[in-house]
Amino acid sequence: MILSLEYHRSPSRFVAARGLTSTRVGSRLSGMVAGNVAPLRLVNRQAQELPGDGWTRVTPILSGICGSDLSLLTGHSSPYLSPMTSMPFVPGHEIVGRTMDDLPGIPKGSRVVMDPVLSCAVRGMEPCRWCASGHQSRCDHITAGRISAGIQTGTCADTGGGWSRQLVAHASQLHVVPEDLPDERAVLAEPLACAIHSVRRMPIEPGSTAVVIGAGTVGLLTLLALRELTEVGAVYVIAKHGHQKEKAKALGATAVIEPRKAVRALRRVTTARMHTPEMGADFLLGGVDTVFECTGGASGLDTSLRLARAGGTVVMSGMPSGGVDLTPLWFRELELVGAYCSGADGADFADALRLAGSAPLDGYVGTTYPLARWREALNHASDSGRLGTVKVAFDLAR
Amino acid sequence: MSRPGFVLDVDERTPPLIMHQGESFRLERLPLGSKVIYPPDSLPGIRDVDAEIRHALLHPHGTEPLPELLRSGMRLTIVFDDLSLPLPQMQTPDVRQRIIEQVLEMAAAKGVDDVELIAANALHRRMTPAELRRTVGDRVFHAFFPEHLKNHDAEDHDNLLHMGKTRHGEDVEINRRAAESDLIVYVNITLTAMSGGAKSVSVGLASYRSLKHHHNVHTLRHSNSFNDPPNSAMHHSYERMKGLIDEHVKVFTIETTLNNDTFPSSMGFLNKREWEWNVRDQASYLAVKRANEMLPQKTRRRIWQSTAAPYGVTGVHAGLQSEVHPLTLQNVHRQQLTEVNGQSDIAIWGLPYICPYNVNSVMNPILVMSLGLGYFFNLYKNRPIVRQGGVAIFYHPVPNEFHPVHHPSYIDFFEEILTESTDPVLLETKYEEQFATDPWYIQLYRNSYAYHGVHPFYMWYWGAHAMQHLGDVIFVGGNRKTTTRMGFRAASTLADALEMAKDTVGSSPSISYQHAPPLALADVR
Repeated sequence: MILSLEYHRSPSRFVAARGLTSTRVGSRLSGMVAGNVAPLRLVNRQAQELPGDGWTRVTPILSGICGSDLSLLTGHSSPYLSPMTSMPFVPGHEIVGRTMDDLPGIPKGSRVVMDPVLSCAVRGMEPCRWCASGHQSRCDHITAGRISAGIQTGTCADTGGGWSRQLVAHASQLHVVPEDLPDERAVLAEPLACAIHSVRRMPIEPGSTAVVIGAGTVGLLTLLALRELTEVGAVYVIAKHGHQKEKAKALGATAVIEPRKAVRALRRVTTARMHTPEMGADFLLGGVDTVFECTGGASGLDTSLRLARAGGTVVMSGMPSGGVDLTPLWFRELELVGAYCSGADGADFADALRLAGSAPLDGYVGTTYPLARWREALNHASDSGRLGTVKVAFDLAR
Repeated sequence: MSRPGFVLDVDERTPPLIMHQGESFRLERLPLGSKVIYPPDSLPGIRDVDAEIRHALLHPHGTEPLPELLRSGMRLTIVFDDLSLPLPQMQTPDVRQRIIEQVLEMAAAKGVDDVELIAANALHRRMTPAELRRTVGDRVFHAFFPEHLKNHDAEDHDNLLHMGKTRHGEDVEINRRAAESDLIVYVNITLTAMSGGAKSVSVGLASYRSLKHHHNVHTLRHSNSFNDPPNSAMHHSYERMKGLIDEHVKVFTIETTLNNDTFPSSMGFLNKREWEWNVRDQASYLAVKRANEMLPQKTRRRIWQSTAAPYGVTGVHAGLQSEVHPLTLQNVHRQQLTEVNGQSDIAIWGLPYICPYNVNSVMNPILVMSLGLGYFFNLYKNRPIVRQGGVAIFYHPVPNEFHPVHHPSYIDFFEEILTESTDPVLLETKYEEQFATDPWYIQLYRNSYAYHGVHPFYMWYWGAHAMQHLGDVIFVGGNRKTTTRMGFRAASTLADALEMAKDTVGSSPSISYQHAPPLALADVR
């Protein structure tokens, strides 16, 4: 039997969690809601069977709590995704662990991180056009093949997930971790690969300006990717908390701005013009070339659209929730670009492992919890910004 | 005969004294031995102002009577001080209206058709049509607005004329219409000794290119004080510019001075010395203070802003600026100058609700700073009332409040620039140009009602001399966040402020309170 945190189908709990966290007061209690109202339970499950050749059992060492996990638990993930999941499932897709079975090139006991996307190769299917071209995150077959529906490990009933003592993974998902890379950095490989993917989603002109909205894990790692992999000019980071500001500056942010000052401050540095509509937030005529929305919140996307220059680009890195006024998208002829997971046929992950070793990421995984203290962990993760933490993770060895 | 200004030594019999504190006031008991600097009693106003104006226009100093300067076919430009003067606004009819009407009558009599009226707002916000109308009166407004009654636009480069450079290399660039006129008639109100004279045209009609030569940290730090023109580097620069302007265009100046009737009769106690309050004054104080405290903030502000002063006009002088202005300064000194013996360790000022840049607007923290460390600190001749390294204590709540239309660049200055540094030199070097040339601020200055982008910098420079001079600055009742952001400290009470000041001036400091408004100019011996 495998100790696991299991997410099960319960529309009433999903709606209750959504309702409770939709108010200003409730949003401050989202950690408590995630731990007590969401349809999540600590159970002993049967170990997952290996779906076929090329699979191995993996014992997670650390498994991160992602913003998308919290969004699911507070009922804010989009119902759009529901056909692409299979329940019950074990969440957790930011994983560093050890393999338990021999695979070609990955001997048993290897320390690995995993690309959670459950693409054609994982499902034992002929590659779709996207998988054939190295864009596995766009796979069209995520509801087909030898395992149940699931966009990634952590949403599929047949694979298990990181918030457990064991899961199964396909060889194509695994990347061996260099020996000298500590677990606390390796567990950041998956979100870092996503960040790298997001900055590679469109060309970044040398010297161009960028804004990163949000300075949680996704925002900070996006900033890192921008600085390391592009020739971007000024990068402005919108951050709420003091420790996020320090970290953003350490990663090369040109300036770090409080959310309430964002539009005015960016107006000044881009010498744009600011206007105030009769309803809604201020916006710029002029503005920045590229905006990375890394919060997943509707207000973050709304701000992004109001900050981008005409013809500029808004990249949605965070999993979106809620609706926004798309008028700026239309009127300013913006490019709205989605960025989901990693790509480049594994190259993003390779770069992520390299950067995880060299970048100043000490202390990013600030606190770890055993599974038994999952409510505390979720509470902490929900409030991580205020509590001075970037990433909260489960320590599955404890 | 009005009594001269004097300095009161606070003793056991001294009653609590009025202390202005933004849109409020209080009675404060000062420590024994404190000196209180009072201005002279309000001078009697001229009974027949219109006749005095007529006399001034017909018997000017240093030039021919105005009618002799007017002729058919000439270009006549009448320029007048904007809404930053006087403070508070005067009861209508405004003296500018009275003068302009007479000038226009004389021009009409001489067949002058090409007449333009321009508000000399420099980089201040444009005056609204209602504000223009209040200043020039209905008759003039209806006849000239909007085609021939305008605000000066310092960013309308097609309508600016660069006249050249002074011998100090200062650019002189002013309003083209005025510069190319056959005659400028400048209508002035001189409320303090810094105003009027060479400042009128060289500042009121200038552009940033010209203004930056005297509105800068170096000049302000060498203007000790800017209310003492002979000792003011800023005024020396004005004079040089005026010399160049005089080579290009003839300027006929009409300068007026006002008495110290600053508050209307309902608040007449604010114009009086406290121990002379009668029962009615005391009752008024209690009633006004109570009502003021009970009012919602917006209503309270509206009432204060709509309060018009029943000023009397104490002088009207016309002619050549160089001959008129000394007479004007004499009048200002007659009304405001008080001799003070020596400096003190601590100076106290109660800051009122109004300064030149928040008429019909909001007194934001930068303006509070400029009012306190700029305008009030510089209300001296010879030496500041507080010694080098001494402490300034101001009364003001310093609310974190900005008028988004009037002061957009102030918001950015406060939120972004002051968080980096409060050093005027650093701010000037690093950011002034950026703010001055920011196209959004320029657009708002030209088309909305915003102060120019560079204006908050000038306000900060206004306090540069005081910041260099003082050892500490404390705001009684001040918002801690705003005062700290500006590099100052906040205290809840005067006792707390004096306790805090001990670190700088010791435990037995000498204290001076400059009792204003009505304004007092301290002549410190």
